[in-house]
Amino acid sequence: MASAATFRIWRGDPAGGAFQDYSTAVEEGMVVLDAVHRIQAQQATDLAVRWNCKAGKCGSCSAEINGIPKLMCMTRLSEINLEMPVILEPMHAFPVIRDLVTDVSWNFRAKKTIKQFKPRPPDAADGTWRIQQADVERVQEFRKCIECFLCQDVCHVLREHHKHEEFIGPRLLVYAAALEMHPLDTEDRVGDLRHIHNIGYCNITTCCRQVCPESITITENAIIPLKERVVDKYFDPLKRLFRIL
Amino acid sequence: MPEFQRFSYDVLVIGAGGAGLRAAIEAGAAGAKVGVVCKSLLGKAHTVMAEGGIAAALANVDDRDSWRVHFADTMRGGQYLNNWRMAELHAKEAPECVRELEAWGALFDRTPDGRILQRNFGGHRYPRLAHVGDRTGLEMIRTLQDHGIHTGMEVHMECTVLSLLLDGGRIAGACGYDREKGRFQLWEAKAVVMATGGIGRAFKVTSNSWEYTGDGLALAYRAGAELQDMEFVQFHPTGMVWPISVAGILVTEGVRGEGGVLRNSEGRRFMFDDIPDLYKEQTADTEEEGWRYTQGDKNARRPPELLTRDHVARCINREVKAGRGSPHGGVFLDISWIKERMPKAAEHIKRKLPSMYHQFKQLADLDITKEPMEVGPTTHYMMGGIRVDGDSQMSTVPGLFAAGEAAAGLHGANRLGGNSLSDLVVFGKRAGRFAAEFARANGSVTIDETEIQSTAAAALGPFDRGPSGENPYQVQYDLQEKMQDLVGIVRVESEMQQALGVIGQLRARAERAGITGNREYNNGWHTAIDIGNMIVVSEAITRAALLRKESRGAQFREDFPGKDAEWGKHNIVIRRGADGEMQVERRALMPMPDELKAVVEEMK
Repeated sequence: MASAATFRIWRGDPAGGAFQDYSTAVEEGMVVLDAVHRIQAQQATDLAVRWNCKAGKCGSCSAEINGIPKLMCMTRLSEINLEMPVILEPMHAFPVIRDLVTDVSWNFRAKKTIKQFKPRPPDAADGTWRIQQADVERVQEFRKCIECFLCQDVCHVLREHHKHEEFIGPRLLVYAAALEMHPLDTEDRVGDLRHIHNIGYCNITTCCRQVCPESITITENAIIPLKERVVDKYFDPLKRLFRIL
Repeated sequence: MPEFQRFSYDVLVIGAGGAGLRAAIEAGAAGAKVGVVCKSLLGKAHTVMAEGGIAAALANVDDRDSWRVHFADTMRGGQYLNNWRMAELHAKEAPECVRELEAWGALFDRTPDGRILQRNFGGHRYPRLAHVGDRTGLEMIRTLQDHGIHTGMEVHMECTVLSLLLDGGRIAGACGYDREKGRFQLWEAKAVVMATGGIGRAFKVTSNSWEYTGDGLALAYRAGAELQDMEFVQFHPTGMVWPISVAGILVTEGVRGEGGVLRNSEGRRFMFDDIPDLYKEQTADTEEEGWRYTQGDKNARRPPELLTRDHVARCINREVKAGRGSPHGGVFLDISWIKERMPKAAEHIKRKLPSMYHQFKQLADLDITKEPMEVGPTTHYMMGGIRVDGDSQMSTVPGLFAAGEAAAGLHGANRLGGNSLSDLVVFGKRAGRFAAEFARANGSVTIDETEIQSTAAAALGPFDRGPSGENPYQVQYDLQEKMQDLVGIVRVESEMQQALGVIGQLRARAERAGITGNREYNNGWHTAIDIGNMIVVSEAITRAALLRKESRGAQFREDFPGKDAEWGKHNIVIRRGADGEMQVERRALMPMPDELKAVVEEMK
């Protein structure tokens, strides 16, 4: 492994910015976030970076590394060509605050528009429920989400077309799927998914699934089944016929 | 003169991990207007890292379990220095709090008849931990977050709190700044709940994330609250030591439970060399017997690798200090050796320890089915914290409450695994309820404008000093290094005296910290503020550890290696004296009521 590497980091704020090169010592076993911290401590104390657990469990340090949305804490330098400068940019689908930090607050506001969990009455006299493990497992995949928003970042509806006010994006479709398929839930979100959250904007390019650090099968397991529910409710020709009859 | 954005609440919750969110939900349900201030984004707090589960005597798996057994287990684990009232309430109320989480959408693993499944864990007599695979903490924080956002609480994300405000001895709110723009904020409140978590970042090697700089403890201390049990810092014996990027990340006890062994650089299983007399009868004599134990032979005794966490951590430390450590300053933990004992060992390891297999594969490029891991002790949890009333969670400052890791009492000298998640919901709920009651019973507060102006001016000091001041990151590294070396797992009078001197020098350097750039999302500025808090908790840990001249639970004194009966009747309490100096005193435990004494005796 090389003993030094150059990191070309985007520095700037909402008014604009530019890439700046930093050369720093690197050692075996380092991840991108380690290099950023080293630069921050030694060369650029005001370099803005958001991070927290540094173990791939909190989803704070999302950025674009050589153009690919990734967690900086889980990207080892040994996976990257260090002969060239390593390009680090903030996520593109959200407004920049400063340097590598973006304003992701829209995700939190949009989540509130999804109807919350509404359980059926308890199954047992003591106020508890009986649930089979198989039913738990179906939604556990969705509940692994660490809310890193990399899927939102790569979604072209948000990234290219900026439809944040009309479309909730893959993360929140996974959230809606977790609620819709929750074994105790009684709420109906299908109408909202079609009319408010515009699930129809998704044309299943699977980019979101490919960047998910938790390997959630976002498109096949969450979005497509939700689309099927919308189709069942609104576009099934047989049901339509029954309604006419 | 700095401008403040102003907000007014009945209850202000500082911290948005499990305890803070549970407190905010409860205060809101009691009719209070609630504000939440947190250092990170919502849902990123350290609660997400918890794996094992949440301890509650639901008795779903073993119907012999009850609050009485859970209470006795918790007291034994804490070496009877616990606040018995908190241990009692915790054991009684944890089951209800787990059921509440389920009603809000948490999905725990199930028993065959569809109830919440529970697993075994160290120190718990019966299977007691409700869990979701190995990501229970994430399930818990997401459940509280998703429920909480619909309860009307206002959340201020990514804020630094600079000080708590007082109005004639009573709490009046807090002031700080938002990280995004660096704008000063004033959160006026009739009651405040501190739910700021731990102090792990005061040490070099820790399983804690960057936030855990002891802010809540330092803020409460400066506001006049008492701290307690600060000497009890839990060091987990097995954290990763290499690569540097992951030093401190936990390696689960399960590796040793499945037959993993600890060896030094000479290949020796050193744990056999030091088995405490108290455990001789329960510990295997030979490697053969230890192996049979891990494979479920009920006639075999446990291998010495499965002795208590504090003891294993000290043995590892001794090997490293004696020069028999691994290349990166740990020892070897080997599970791959079991291939000598069983066919298809690699598949077996991957099935039993999937997350460990992936953790090492992904972060260390190491295949644990083929090679030994390097491990060493890691700072894990703070048993001590803000001293509170067991029922209401109110500190010694009227209107200031504390819950979760920031509060002291429940765990005494040592915490049992699984009791931290239940701590968050049981006492978060109580703190929220009593804070709302306090706000209702007490009128509005008056803010001391001069004080907030001087706080803001002091906070801007690092900008005035600029790049010629001390680099705040360097001060932080130096403090972590010294705390690790001088007040770590093995403590001795002379080293801790030396630490006090170093802390004094670091305080002076921290006061001269200087930074570049502007106030917008400036990590250097945040660090310059954090180090002031880290220095307060480091001094408190050191002074308490110096005063307790015995070894008990998480505290090990090389110069006083035994337990002392007299110290077994006392906590150590710390408060800020009138002259600004830190005062340390020993205080007798509250006498335990006879019915609880009877429970302890019965379960012995």
